[in-house]
Amino acid sequence: MSRYFTEDHEWVDVDGDIGTVGISEYAQSQLGDIVFVEVPDEGKDVTKGDEAAVVESVKAASDVYSPVSGTVIEGNSDLADNPALVNEDPEGDGWFFKLTLSDASELEGLMDETAYAAFVAKL
Amino acid sequence: MTTLNPAGWRPEMTPERRAKAATHSGNKALMLEEPLIFEIGSTETTGVDLAEPPAGKPRLGNLERTATIGLPGLAEPETVRHYTRLSRQNYAIDLGVFPLGSCTMKHNPRLNEKMARLPGFADVHPLQPVDTVQGALAVIQELAVWLIELTGMYGVAMSPKAGAHGELCGILCIKAALEARGEGHRKVILVPESAHGTNPATAAFAGYSVEDIPATADGRVDLAALKARLGPDVAAVMITNPNTCGLFERDMRAISDAVHAVGGYVYCDGANFNAIVGRVRPGDLGIDAMHINLHKTFSTPHGGGGPGSGPVVLSEALSPYGPLPFVAKQADGHFQLVEEETVGEDHPHSFGRMVAFHGQMGMFTRALTYILSHGADGLRQVAEDAVLNANYVLRSLDKTMTAPFGEAGPCMHEALFSDANLAEGFTTIDVAKGLIDEGYHPMTVYFPLVVHGAMLVEPTETESKAGLDAFIDALRSVVERAKAGDHSLKSAPHYAPRSRLDETLAARKPVLVWKEPEAAQAAE
Repeated sequence: MSRYFTEDHEWVDVDGDIGTVGISEYAQSQLGDIVFVEVPDEGKDVTKGDEAAVVESVKAASDVYSPVSGTVIEGNSDLADNPALVNEDPEGDGWFFKLTLSDASELEGLMDETAYAAFVAKL
Repeated sequence: MTTLNPAGWRPEMTPERRAKAATHSGNKALMLEEPLIFEIGSTETTGVDLAEPPAGKPRLGNLERTATIGLPGLAEPETVRHYTRLSRQNYAIDLGVFPLGSCTMKHNPRLNEKMARLPGFADVHPLQPVDTVQGALAVIQELAVWLIELTGMYGVAMSPKAGAHGELCGILCIKAALEARGEGHRKVILVPESAHGTNPATAAFAGYSVEDIPATADGRVDLAALKARLGPDVAAVMITNPNTCGLFERDMRAISDAVHAVGGYVYCDGANFNAIVGRVRPGDLGIDAMHINLHKTFSTPHGGGGPGSGPVVLSEALSPYGPLPFVAKQADGHFQLVEEETVGEDHPHSFGRMVAFHGQMGMFTRALTYILSHGADGLRQVAEDAVLNANYVLRSLDKTMTAPFGEAGPCMHEALFSDANLAEGFTTIDVAKGLIDEGYHPMTVYFPLVVHGAMLVEPTETESKAGLDAFIDALRSVVERAKAGDHSLKSAPHYAPRSRLDETLAARKPVLVWKEPEAAQAAE
């Protein structure tokens, strides 16, 4: 399984043609305490770069863009009752949604963990 | 408890501090504690002595209320005291500097109030025969003429009720104009990052898809990026000028020309018109529609003190599509209300009506009073002093605070700072809360989004140098504490009626309805 990051601070774990999407540790630390998360419904088609989810903290509301194109197979229903999961474990239990990738070649434009760490260090 | 975000904040009000300040009643001399109104009055009592209603045949079927309504019964003096006590815990422009950026919380001259209370204005009804309200219509007409003159535009729609309503009016004019041209398929509105948050909301509400245009490093619209995105699907661009970074969009004319060249329209958010009134005419910049917040630029009360009012000035291209009703002056000097019944052949392309009547009459009277009492030269000085005061704040604090666009030159009417040089773990919210202890309403925080931990200060032209110096000293001292890592700031405010609240808990588990304490406990 490989993990990729976007410049908008989303991550996607890829296992076969299934991707799991969330926001990075850096993103949650910038947002502050998260109070509301809206994840996409199963069956929704998303295009790379589309607004796929919404995250709201005490400071700001932000869109979460899909790092890859595909069809949503599951939204993380735990986030509705417990948005704090995104603060506690953004790159684990705080995942946003899973999707089946429609074009694996889109991953080539994303950063790996090392490249993303270097990207964040410069911000 | 959840894991703490290290960059965030937490209430750290110590029990020792509470104990030190404690009194038996909870009052602090003249600062009175005040319970909720539900906690004062009993639902078993009533403040008025009403006779039992005569027994009649119920006509509500099965819909009659069976449970008690549960409203507290208070006597008049209890009610008056409750609200008066609450009002003493509030902050207002009549109490001190109110530096909310982008809100233009400036003094509301008392002459405005005196004029608005004249019975000929205050006691008229919108359905009175027009022959009996000629004076009121003359006020609307004269204000309209001033607004057109000051903006260099062609027409004005007076009826929109506030800024965002004005935005909608302008966008509906653009929509009507596009449809009249057979180009209703244009569905994209471009909004730069430096625009007000209401702009994309308005565009989306009117059925358009919104696309961002990035800002340049100096806080202005990226003209090249804008030009690159323009095309036959673009209906309009919405630009706030001066923008939310407190900067004038110098390329405005070039932006307008580029948008017009591809057949789009230019909407300008005029919320910050107070910075340029008398100095710049938006019509000269190629703008097609712009709302004017009378409650900002023209000093009518707002922010809990009165309704907004957002007339929209329109270019010659858009004026035919403006809303009804409007006031027209006839050749014989008589004022006429142009409504659906009387619109005739003069204004057949109007997109329709936005409000029941003619707009915020009370605000028209106040705004016209402000304009006439200042005169053209006075209005020019309003803009100059607003800009001077903001630059005084910017330059007085740019050694203490980080001013992201400070190097780019002078600002307009508001000074923008970031949280870049605060100590680790301290952020904008700590500065804002510390300012409350110093007796000031905080500035606008975390907006605009293009600046990290933004603090946006708009002093307005109505503050004296002495008043600004006191505010600047207070803000500087709070920032120095945040830079030095003074942890007492993390639990500020300490002297407000309530100390630091847990905003996260309030947002995650909001309590929206008051319940009897036992019921509330049971519900937990």
